[in-house]
Amino acid sequence: MKAWLPALLRLAVLALLVVFITSPGWFEPLLKPLTENGAPAIYNQGSLLTLTLQHLRIVLVATAAATFVAVALAILVTRPAGAEFLPLSRSLVNIGQTFPPVAVLALAVPAVGFGEKPTLIALFLYGLLPIFENALTALTTLPGNVMEAARGAGMTGWQRLLKVELPLSAPVILGGIRLSVVISLATATIGSTVAAKTLGEVIIAGLISNNLAFVLQGGLIVAALAVLIYDGLSAIERYAARRMGQGAE
Amino acid sequence: MTIRFDKLGVVIAAIVAYAALAAPFATFRANRIVPGQARSILEALPPALGMVLLAMVIAAAIVALLRTPLILRLAVSVVALVALSVLIGTAGGFLTPAGNTFARVAPASGFWLLIFAFTLLLADVLTRLNLSPWSRLGVLVLAALAIAALLVSGSWDSLSILKEYASRADSFWAEASKHVSLALGSLAGAVIVGIPLGILCHRVEKLRAGVLNVLNIIQTIPSIALFGLLIAPLGWVAVHVPGAAAIGIRGIGTAPAFVALFLYSLLPVVANTVVGLAGVPRAANDAARGMGMTDRQRLFDVEFPLAFPVILTGIRIVLVQNIGLATIAALIGGGGFGVFVFQGVGQTAMDLVLLGALPTVALAFAAAIILDAVIEMTATKRRVVETA
Repeated sequence: MKAWLPALLRLAVLALLVVFITSPGWFEPLLKPLTENGAPAIYNQGSLLTLTLQHLRIVLVATAAATFVAVALAILVTRPAGAEFLPLSRSLVNIGQTFPPVAVLALAVPAVGFGEKPTLIALFLYGLLPIFENALTALTTLPGNVMEAARGAGMTGWQRLLKVELPLSAPVILGGIRLSVVISLATATIGSTVAAKTLGEVIIAGLISNNLAFVLQGGLIVAALAVLIYDGLSAIERYAARRMGQGAE
Repeated sequence: MTIRFDKLGVVIAAIVAYAALAAPFATFRANRIVPGQARSILEALPPALGMVLLAMVIAAAIVALLRTPLILRLAVSVVALVALSVLIGTAGGFLTPAGNTFARVAPASGFWLLIFAFTLLLADVLTRLNLSPWSRLGVLVLAALAIAALLVSGSWDSLSILKEYASRADSFWAEASKHVSLALGSLAGAVIVGIPLGILCHRVEKLRAGVLNVLNIIQTIPSIALFGLLIAPLGWVAVHVPGAAAIGIRGIGTAPAFVALFLYSLLPVVANTVVGLAGVPRAANDAARGMGMTDRQRLFDVEFPLAFPVILTGIRIVLVQNIGLATIAALIGGGGFGVFVFQGVGQTAMDLVLLGALPTVALAFAAAIILDAVIEMTATKRRVVETA
């Protein structure tokens, strides 16, 4: 495969996605055969563009909060003062990952009610784990000689953290964020079962009215978003790794 | 003598103080969907029992707060958890007016926080004890037996979630068996197809990137969409392939759920098989070749046993993931615990949501502990073989 082919393919997917969510009407003839009894082929209870933006916003807010908290916690448990929490935090992460996203979502409803809030909470909690795990791995496996050199150069704890540890850990932490975003993009669709405004609404409307065109368009938009964002974050990760001289590839 | 504090204990004591003194222990509702009224520990239990529980919880928090021996912390956390579990049932009986079948008593945030705090303490002790795989399985069995005993003894019968269960006991077990067979069945399918596919990908390099990319993309399709998208092709198969409908293939129901879970399961199984086989030391393979082993012998006697723990890790991921995803099957009529979750969400009856969600979480949790233990056992065995 030529080197530029994957990039071109992604560009094509992106272009198609943008055209589809801005003017879905153009694709009506393509989707029409999937509908029965003259049902609408394009989602008609809201704009796909708005839903996509709302979907992305929920994922972005939840991931940003999760990144902040997870990295802060990982820093805390890798300092001498928080070292006591390290083994426990490891097993908590293991336990936490066994909680199914749907269960987290459903259990958040009694606490905060319907709408966007339970979805945000579920995405936040579920997004925490991959990021925390990766940040923990990165911060506990830093090369000893580099840390030694930083100490020898007379850097304070803060300086070491900000100038050495975090930059060196960045690629692995980014890997965690990438995992978390992809999980959140898919989980956010389930959020529509508790009345959050996401692309899941389109899929669920399709399931209820037995309209395959809705299911397909909702599913494909989310899948395209996930693939593009996954690839984009992978590229940033490789760039960060190269800058840190770790040369992944 | 200087008093030394345990850092985690400070967190636990803070949670316990808030949960026991400020948060509601139970909620009382006149029927299953109206908003509830909060009841504190002292209001929810007969006065004497309430005082005992409060004293117990505070004493346990103090044990957690100070640097105390592990064995004491273990005993205290277990006793506190058992007392809370038994007394929440008592609270249910105490708060429900005699003969009233509409009233619902549910554990409230204070109860859940107390459970969380002491589970945290227990988890910390168990982590620090560094238990062997067998003892972890033992702890799991003990916990399961304790919960089963509480359920069978009827001491939780006055709680709202069990009232929901009582009115649909038959369908609960039907959905439970559907849930488990969906999760395990699709796992079995993924193992039968995925391991040979992984071996093929390992041997034929040209195939590897392509297969893994396709499986990766399948994983990005949101589950509810994949479930939905399979309705059409399976419906077509049911109508046009003779005998398909007879063996239960239909557009909606279990078939699309099964296929979707199977597709999601393939990636971890195939990817881990490839990684596991790639990690087999070259020396082991060379030695096997030198001994004149055929390709097949090498695969079954050398590569596969060495790669097994990694493959098992893939199976663990799949099983935990499938138990969670099987809940979504309910949206397309596939059954499982999701039925209760989505019915509950639809009726805003949160006890019904819990009736679906709690068993799912428990199943996923138990599956993770069991497989983690098995993985560790096979990995240790392998190390013994290596050094022998």
